[in-house]
Amino acid sequence: MTNVVNFTEPVRTDAFDVEAIRRDFPALSLAVNGKPLVFLDSAASAQKPRAVIDAMTRAYESQYANVHRGTYHLSQLATENYENARAKVAQFMNATSPDEIVFTHSATGAFNLVAHSFGSLLEEGDEIIVSVMEHHANIVPWQLLRDRTGIEIKVAPIDDAGNFLIDEFEKLLGPKTKLVAVTHVSNVLGTVTPVKEIVRLAHGNGTPVLFDGAQGIVHEGVDVQDLDCDFYVWTGHKLYGPTGIGVLWGKPEWLERMPPFEGGGDMISLVTFEKTTYREPPARFEAGTPPIVEAVGLAAAIDYVTAVGLDRIAAHEKELLDYAMLRLAGMDGLRIIGRAQQKAGIVSFEFGDVHAHDVATIIDSAGVAVRAGHHCAQPLMERFGVTSTSRASFGMYTTRAEVDALAVALEKVREIFG
Amino acid sequence: MIDDDLRDLYQEVILDHGKNPRNFRHPEDASHEALGNNPLCGDRLTVYLRLDEGRNILDAAFEGKGCAISIASASMMTDMVKGKSLAEVKKLFERFHKMCTGDDDGGIADGFEDELEKLKVMSGVRQFPMRVKCATLAWHAMNAAAEGEDAATTE
Repeated sequence: MTNVVNFTEPVRTDAFDVEAIRRDFPALSLAVNGKPLVFLDSAASAQKPRAVIDAMTRAYESQYANVHRGTYHLSQLATENYENARAKVAQFMNATSPDEIVFTHSATGAFNLVAHSFGSLLEEGDEIIVSVMEHHANIVPWQLLRDRTGIEIKVAPIDDAGNFLIDEFEKLLGPKTKLVAVTHVSNVLGTVTPVKEIVRLAHGNGTPVLFDGAQGIVHEGVDVQDLDCDFYVWTGHKLYGPTGIGVLWGKPEWLERMPPFEGGGDMISLVTFEKTTYREPPARFEAGTPPIVEAVGLAAAIDYVTAVGLDRIAAHEKELLDYAMLRLAGMDGLRIIGRAQQKAGIVSFEFGDVHAHDVATIIDSAGVAVRAGHHCAQPLMERFGVTSTSRASFGMYTTRAEVDALAVALEKVREIFG
Repeated sequence: MIDDDLRDLYQEVILDHGKNPRNFRHPEDASHEALGNNPLCGDRLTVYLRLDEGRNILDAAFEGKGCAISIASASMMTDMVKGKSLAEVKKLFERFHKMCTGDDDGGIADGFEDELEKLKVMSGVRQFPMRVKCATLAWHAMNAAAEGEDAATTE
C-alpha cells in the first residue's frame, strides 16, 4: 500500500503573533488625527522595529568613526560593523561572497550605478528591455543612458490583470539585447514576475538580467544563486531598515568589468595627477564616506526579519492579501487594479470616480495612511488609463482589523462624495 | 461621522464644481494656453485664455484630470476671471494664495471682496497643507499661459 500525501493540507507553523510584532514597532502605537494609526503604506517605506533604532543609536553613541581609514580602535570597530553588515546582506541574499555586495545610498543609486558603469559597456543601437510596470528608478537612468549613447529601450507588456507576458517578453529578445532590467514585484500592482523564466530566456539569448528587488526582497526574499540573475537591486528602508542605504548585488564577472561610477575617496588604489587606479569591487563603487550607521541599521533589520522568518511574513501577507481582495472587491464602486495570479501584499484601487488624493485625505482623517498618486510609475498608470490610484500595502505588522479600518474609512468617502 | 475640517474642505460648492466643472472645454480661438502639472500626483490641467489687445481676459476655460479640489478651483477660477485684466487677476491670485496658506490678513480692501468671498469655500485646504497645491494648480497654469510659458508646475 502506498502512502497518500495530501498536498493541499496547509502546512502548520507555530502561530504568527502579529500583536507581539507590533509592539516592537514604536510608530505603530501613534495616534493620527486622534485615531490609532492604520499604516498601509509599507511599500513606500516600512516602519522600523525598536531593534533597528537601538542598533543605530548604539552605533552613533559608542561605535562611531569613519570606516576604512583610522588605525584607532573606534574606526576599526566601525569598519568591522560596516563589513559585517555587508556579510550579513550577502548571506541574506545567498550571495557567494560579500564582495558581490555594493552599498549605495538607495535603490535609485544602485540603478544609476549600473546604468552608468554597465552602461558604459554598451554602444549605440544596443537594446535593453524593461517592463511597462517599472518604477521610474528603473526607467529614467536608462533614458539618461539612451541620451548619452543611443541605446534603445524596449518595453515588455502585461495583460489587463497585471500578469507579466512572458511570451511577449521573449519576442523582444534579440541579438542586440544587452540587458534585461525588470521588477521582481510591482510596487503598484503587486505582480510577482516569473523571475526564473525571465532569467532562463534572457540567458538563452546571452543577455544578463537585473531585477528591481525593492519590493521583491521584502515580500518574496531572494536567493541569487538559485535565481542566477546578474544584478539584484534593493533598498534598506522598505525592509524595515533605515533610509540612506541601498544594495546592489552583482555577479563578480560583471562587477569586475565595470568602470567606477562616482570618483572620490575610498574607491582608489593610487592617485597621482597623471593617473589614478581603482580598487576592486565592491570598494570601486563606494566613493566617499559610505552609509556607515545605516549599514548597521540594515544588518539589524535583516536580523529582525530573519528572526520572524521571511516565509512566515510572506504567509501572513498572503493571508491579508486574500482577505483584502475579498473585503475591498465586495465594496460598491471599488475597482482593484492588479489581479495577477502571483501577487504580493499590495492593493491599488480606484474608488468610484473619486480622485485618489481625495480618498487619501478623507481616510487620513480616520487615521488610515495609504499612498495616493502615480507611485513613481506613470507609464503603468497610462497603461491602465488612470493618472493615479490609491494603494494599500501590507507589512509583517499589518492586521485584518486594519484592512477593515480601511474599508470603514472608505465608506466615509462615499458619505462625502455621495 | 465626518470631521469639521473635512466638511470645510469638501463643501457642497466644491463637490458641485468638482463633479460639474464649468468652462471645461478647449476653445478653438484661445490665444494663450499652458499646462499645469503637479509632479507629485501626476495631475495635469491645461488652462486656455483668450485675451484682447489690452490684456483683458475675454474667455477662460480648462481641460484635464485632477482631484475634486483642483478641478473645482479651476472651474471657479475660469468663471471668475472672465472680463478681468491680467493685472487684476494677478492680484487676485496673490490674495487667494494667501487665503489658502492661511497668511491672508483679510484687511486690505482692493475691490476683490466679492471674489474672495466666493473663493472662501476653497480655504478649507489650509488645514491640509499637502492639498494647497491642488487649489492653486489652475491659477499657476493661468499665470504661465498669460506669461506666454508652456507649462507651470506646483513645484
